Amino acid sequence: MVQEQAPQKVSIQFEDLHQQNESYIVGMWTFLVTEIMFFGGLFTTYLVYRMANQETFWEAHRHLSVPLGFFNTCVLLTSSLTMALTVHYAQRGLRKQQLLWLLATMALACTFLVVKGFEYHHKFVEGLIPGPNFRFEPVEHLRVAQLFFSLYFAMTGLHALHVLIGVLVMAILTVLIAINHPSVQDFIPVELTGLYWHFVDIVWIFLFPLLYLIPR
Amino acid sequence: MSVAVAKPGEIKHNYLNAGDTVRSWLLTTDHKRIAVLYLVSVTLFFAVGGLLALLIRLELLTPQGDLMTSENYNRVFTMHGVVMIFLFLIPAIPAVLGNFLVPLMVGARDLAFPRLNLASWYVYMAGGLIATWAMVNGGVDTGWTFYPPYSSSYSTSQVTLTIIGAFLVGFSSIFTGINFIVTIHKMRAPGLTWFRLPLFIWAHYATSVIIVLGTPVVAITLLLVAVERVFRLGIFDPALGGDPILFQHLFWFYSHPAVYIMILPAMGVISEVIACFSRKRVFGYHFVAFSSVAIAVVGFLVWGHHMFTTGQSVYAGMVFSLLSFLVAVPSAVKVFNWTATMYKGTIEFRAPMLYVMGFLGLFVIGGLTGLFLASLATDIHLQDTYFVVAHFHYIMVGGTIFGYLAGLHFWWPKMTGRMYPEGIAKLAALIIFAGFNLTFFPQFVLGYLGMPRRYHWYPEEWQMLHVMSSAGTALLGIGYILPIFYLLWSLRNGALAGPNPWGATGLEWKTDSPPITHNFEETPIVTEEPYAYENHHQQEEVASGTGASTTKG
Ligand code: HEM
Ligand SMILES: [Cu+2]
Repeated sequence: MVQEQAPQKVSIQFEDLHQQNESYIVGMWTFLVTEIMFFGGLFTTYLVYRMANQETFWEAHRHLSVPLGFFNTCVLLTSSLTMALTVHYAQRGLRKQQLLWLLATMALACTFLVVKGFEYHHKFVEGLIPGPNFRFEPVEHLRVAQLFFSLYFAMTGLHALHVLIGVLVMAILTVLIAINHPSVQDFIPVELTGLYWHFVDIVWIFLFPLLYLIPR
Repeated sequence: MSVAVAKPGEIKHNYLNAGDTVRSWLLTTDHKRIAVLYLVSVTLFFAVGGLLALLIRLELLTPQGDLMTSENYNRVFTMHGVVMIFLFLIPAIPAVLGNFLVPLMVGARDLAFPRLNLASWYVYMAGGLIATWAMVNGGVDTGWTFYPPYSSSYSTSQVTLTIIGAFLVGFSSIFTGINFIVTIHKMRAPGLTWFRLPLFIWAHYATSVIIVLGTPVVAITLLLVAVERVFRLGIFDPALGGDPILFQHLFWFYSHPAVYIMILPAMGVISEVIACFSRKRVFGYHFVAFSSVAIAVVGFLVWGHHMFTTGQSVYAGMVFSLLSFLVAVPSAVKVFNWTATMYKGTIEFRAPMLYVMGFLGLFVIGGLTGLFLASLATDIHLQDTYFVVAHFHYIMVGGTIFGYLAGLHFWWPKMTGRMYPEGIAKLAALIIFAGFNLTFFPQFVLGYLGMPRRYHWYPEEWQMLHVMSSAGTALLGIGYILPIFYLLWSLRNGALAGPNPWGATGLEWKTDSPPITHNFEETPIVTEEPYAYENHHQQEEVASGTGASTTKG
């Protein structure tokens, strides 16, 4: 189903489509480097505190639900696959398949967010939201446990925000592809979204074992 | 594109007269116009920071606190630091000169992502205005370093708002950094290989790498402080289970490299100006280029030298000290190469060159005193004294601002099409040099004698030195005000510059002054090394009426 395509518009600052595409790819990778450093600051903070408080972090982490975390890991991994398929079909210019797999990716991303919402809700009910109402047994662990949950919410929250942004971007992309907008006649927008999405997945691949699977 | 043959004296079609509505400025994606937007904004913030500095020095005229309370003094020096560092020094050269020149120098029609570039200005303004709002609504008193737990748990000032401002400004530099990296990688003109790039470009490339790697770390760190403050989470406050030293590590992991974000672009300016006004190629081009990269890399490994007295392990201290000595090497390489560039050159003492000479002297002093501070034993005595204050002002004011002014004068004809008045510009440069030394040299002595930074009460016997310093500030102030007037004056009354008033090499001089909206009538082709001053003496002096010629043929 390769359509007749008007030649893609090249922005004035570029010589040709090739240069434009390469620029976007380099730009995306550079952006992802900033993202790595951004999360890197958080991961460092987490690791420092975990090394200092191995015991309490272990106590605290038992309040996280490994099955739900595992389920979400599977969801995100699958979404990486569907995203890879989207890119695959975008490179071949097959619109229908692109749309299909993009929608599947979005569905998986939303599933992830819903499950995450349930988990947050659970913490709320258990009084594990850091702040004046934070409760934790045994009490001598309370301060450090609160630190653990502060980091838990900071890290997973920031990650969830990235998932949410991903969903929004994919939604826009879906519309553009559906109306066959000139800007998506080339596969680069899908490719860029794909890079971003794989990055978001990889962050979770680190978050899950670090937070949910702390060894004794 | 039409090539109108202009009568002599007639201003042609260019980026400045391409539209004069407010809208055409606020929605522009032309890197040159965005540079002008930045120029106006950083100048305004510099004025704010300068007024705050004036207040500090007024207060320090006498040993007692007579102008303000200690609390207000804390606010004034904090806001001075925040404004100068985040809103002036970090964006000044990259966002003004870099924005204007990077595409011109690589022979491109614009930066890779013009809309991102415009967004960076808006984000910068948003951050700047939020910080300003915080200042008028109570101010901040934590020091520009925002150390917790004071910043997160005890300060009653507008820490959160200021942090949000700094956070946003950080993103504006990230946008600029990404744009530069992509443009330099992907949009160089045909024939413009890496080793034909002007050193200004190398410097901005290294700066962008630091921005991209460092800024996100400080962004998340400051965000965590704000989160701790707002939600009372225990991340850095020991009373809540956190570790304040971790904050310092994360903060300096960015903020030491940030000092190179401030100085590397200035070093790029110096290379251009010195080659032009010595009429020689930069001595040891490759060394100067790679020293920028070396600084960008090693600069990330020395942050601990800001923490020698925090109780980090002695071994860590020793390693950080050693690495700090190491980072001085590439800086020294540059200074030696610049000096060698002037050797036997045909030196022209134009105003930009005066600033360059000032830069060289002051940067050497700043760098050498950095070595005192990088030595464990001496730093115990000097840490948190006026010696540190003098050290970083020698580098940031004597280095970065001198470089900025050198560049602003050097490329003013290119940006505006008009020459600045040479005589008064030289006078201003001399006043600034004199005022600067009078202000900051006594501070080395004060610090050596034990005057701590961030206090406004001091023993009587130091008053003389403080008075000298304050007098210098007044002089410095005059020196800074002068350019505002004569540069504005030159917009209408300056002599017409022509494409290449200095007879300089570099693609930016091959197009009209001011350049047309998309810089070049046709994409230039580069066939020779940079700084080929010895190859063709004066031949550029014969400015062609059409400008925008290419180097081919
Ligand atoms: C030649 C290499 C340099 C060395 C070895 C060096 C060394 C140091 C050391 C050890 C300190 C910490 C002093 C203390 O707190 O006791 C320091 C502080 C500082 N340096 Fe440098 N420095 C160098 C270059 C620079 C440059 C290029 C800049 C800026 C453009 C700069 C700006 C600063 C600032 C702003 C501080 C003070 C930060 C604060 O405590 O608020 N330095 N330097
Ligand atoms: Cu440092």
